[in-house]
Amino acid sequence: MALTEERPLALTTGDEVTVDHEPLGVFRRPTATEGWRSWVTTVDHKKIGIMYGYAAFFFFLVGGLEALVIRTQLAVPDNSVVSAELYNQVYTMHGVTMVFLVIMPMAAAFANYLLPLQIGARDVAFPRMNAFSFWCFLFGGIFLNTSWFLGGAADGGWFAYSPNTGVVFSPSHGLDFFTLGLLITGIASLVSSINLTVTVLNMRAPGMTLMRMPVFTWMVLVVQVLLVFALPVITLALILLLFERLYDAQFFNPEAGADPLLWENLFWIFGHPEVYILILPSFGIVSEVIPVFSRKPIFGYPFMVFSGIAIGFMGWGVWAHHMFASGIGPISVAAFSLSTMFIAVPTGVKILNWLATMWGGKLTFTTPMLFAVGLVAMFTVGGLSGVTHSVAPSDTQQTDTYYIVAHFHYVLFGGALMGLFAGFYFWWPKVYGHFLGERLGKAHFWLMLIGFNLTFGPMHILGLQGMSRRIYTYDDGLGFNMWNFVSTVGAFLIAVSILLFMANVWTSRRKAKGQPAVGPDPWDSRSLEWMIPSPVPEYNFDEIPVVTSRDEFWTRKYGEDENGKVVRLHSADEVCQKPGATGIHLPSPSYWPIVLSAGLPFIGYGLIYSLWWAALGGVLVIAGIYGWALEPADDDENPHGHDDHDDHDPSGDDAVAADEPVDVPEEAPVG
Amino acid sequence: MADTATHDVTLGEAFAAEVGSGHHATNTGYTNEKLGMWVFLGSECLLFGGLITTYLLYQDRAVEGPLPKDLYDIPFTSVSSFVLLMSSLTMVLAVSSQVQGDLRRARTWLVGTALLGATFIAGQVYEFTSFVKEGMGYTTNLAASAFYTLTGFHGVHVTVGIIMLASLVALSASGRLGQDRAETVEIVGLYWHFVDVVWILIFTIVYLIT
Repeated sequence: MALTEERPLALTTGDEVTVDHEPLGVFRRPTATEGWRSWVTTVDHKKIGIMYGYAAFFFFLVGGLEALVIRTQLAVPDNSVVSAELYNQVYTMHGVTMVFLVIMPMAAAFANYLLPLQIGARDVAFPRMNAFSFWCFLFGGIFLNTSWFLGGAADGGWFAYSPNTGVVFSPSHGLDFFTLGLLITGIASLVSSINLTVTVLNMRAPGMTLMRMPVFTWMVLVVQVLLVFALPVITLALILLLFERLYDAQFFNPEAGADPLLWENLFWIFGHPEVYILILPSFGIVSEVIPVFSRKPIFGYPFMVFSGIAIGFMGWGVWAHHMFASGIGPISVAAFSLSTMFIAVPTGVKILNWLATMWGGKLTFTTPMLFAVGLVAMFTVGGLSGVTHSVAPSDTQQTDTYYIVAHFHYVLFGGALMGLFAGFYFWWPKVYGHFLGERLGKAHFWLMLIGFNLTFGPMHILGLQGMSRRIYTYDDGLGFNMWNFVSTVGAFLIAVSILLFMANVWTSRRKAKGQPAVGPDPWDSRSLEWMIPSPVPEYNFDEIPVVTSRDEFWTRKYGEDENGKVVRLHSADEVCQKPGATGIHLPSPSYWPIVLSAGLPFIGYGLIYSLWWAALGGVLVIAGIYGWALEPADDDENPHGHDDHDDHDPSGDDAVAADEPVDVPEEAPVG
Repeated sequence: MADTATHDVTLGEAFAAEVGSGHHATNTGYTNEKLGMWVFLGSECLLFGGLITTYLLYQDRAVEGPLPKDLYDIPFTSVSSFVLLMSSLTMVLAVSSQVQGDLRRARTWLVGTALLGATFIAGQVYEFTSFVKEGMGYTTNLAASAFYTLTGFHGVHVTVGIIMLASLVALSASGRLGQDRAETVEIVGLYWHFVDVVWILIFTIVYLIT
């Protein structure tokens, strides 16, 4: 018996309702379900998640190439592969790309794909806004990178400290591309964060209480709340900088009496929560992977959740540890030192809980597990060097040295990126119906681990020896030569390991051709997304599950005998939902999200070059907003379809079927 | 929201029967759209918080030119603040008429709200013009830049609100905004009240406490 819902999302009663079927794919709006059109107009959270993943991986290659340029330049002293000017642009764009165009959207890929599945929903709260977020991010990222061909990229570091980023010191348009590009991707993140917050709060399956949600979902929720409140701060800072650069406003000019710390404070009030925005999704991924391959529930679930929330709160009170050397005064330094030491506690709780989850477990070291354990180990190293920064006198020594570079690569590469790769290997069979190759996967892991430690390990030493960040070369005879060379070798090993990953994606896909898809539950997992077929059908759940416990899927498969020993009650096949539901209504595809987001880069070019471009962009945006708002949600041609005549039937069953579709454009006039 | 209201009750009962709780169709009982607007407004708080902080930091800093606080015309701004405040009243009346299904009256109140908002904007344009005439341009000094950016951002928000109100009126006039979609009006109302509350803060902090 199929569940038929007009309202594909919020309605999660699990009621079994039989209504006349309406076949999929009868949309009068864009109709393609395959081919590029279906991707351009899709509002399906899974397709959007996949597009996020590929786009982020593309930018990962761009950012990786920039990293290789940096390491090639620094391989030997007095090198001249790139000029000082170009070097400034390359390291700036490396940071900007990796933070805003790689780790954030890659985490968004997982969040988009998995969040509705893990809470038992059919889509996110606002499917069209979800598509808008993706296109906005993609166009913003492309806009940002076109600066390379239009007179040079941003050259002020990813933190863009003013007044160094004023027109006087950075006369090219690079920083204008930086501010406008980040404003556009900021819109993407803000819309997406509102969307996912509402999804988690509103659309959980019956019985899926907050404290039954998987840890990944929890961490994503914390991240979205952080984004909701952190993004307006960077938006404001970027707008002030933009107005100063374009319209000669006075905000950061010390000659006019400006406070040089204004930018630093605004940036890091955003910037430190941002650090947790980058790492927490990976913490969530690892918290899903480790229990599965330890065959134990996560140790101390409430501690995991509340330490994540604690990190989210405390993340707002530590920003000035980025500014110990800026003269903020001894009281501030002491306060922020203490808060920085404190924030290590919830992070430590998480690490201990992962270890305790593995303790006594039946461990299998598959590739995703290797990456997950890699995160635990490497993040611990980065966390420890982070604690050394909280000691202000020591931090003053380390500020602007390679020690800092080593630290944040251990947390962002060894932490965030390792976790994301664990996620790729773990959920690949769910998304594509086939595994990634284990042998190549393990080669990828070990090569990446070794390359990573060779690249960033020596930077601790270089930093303590006094090598500055952000310099394009160094003199011979300072004792920097050997470790810099080792670091460069390591960077190329990482590049090779990424090639292995790509080869793995390619070969495993070829091998899987013609083979039947792996079952719904290839790893013997615990959460709801494994209860449905792989690849996931368009409508996600045949029947919305009613949740009765944490690790719902696991408890449906396993129970305990009288001695407390775990015994299998049902095979996965018995528990899993079978494909083949019909008559489930899904939100209709739409052209407007891409139209609306396509206008934004034109406005960007317009502000930099000529307002005519901005006018063109403005037309697209206005057309997009009104097309979106007026797109019939209740019209006959809408998938609302032939149930319409039941609209006023007060009987319960029909009410379920005839409830208004979720993407009524109520939110649209807001833009 | 007659239809949906009925549905919601039925759904809520169905849900309650299913899982033994008194929840609505959504877990929180608020529709996605309304909850989304609340989250968005939460985000806006920090945008205006940052703008107000920037102004407070710079309100006395001017190497040349007058400070904003030297030019304030408090009686004039009080009147325009009062106008904006009254627009919240008309907004409430518009929502209430829409809920009761009196669409004509709802349109009248929506037009009234938009006109009051437009009056406020006209006042702001007049204020800016007179400040510039008195020698305080956008780039004259730090305090001026911070002042114009803060109040300008608020003005843009009011303008967006006016556009939304006008769109609602157009939708309503073409029969696309019936009683069943009263919540749409309510959500625009949430935004409008928020922008109003922000102005009360700005008027108090920026204009009155100097």
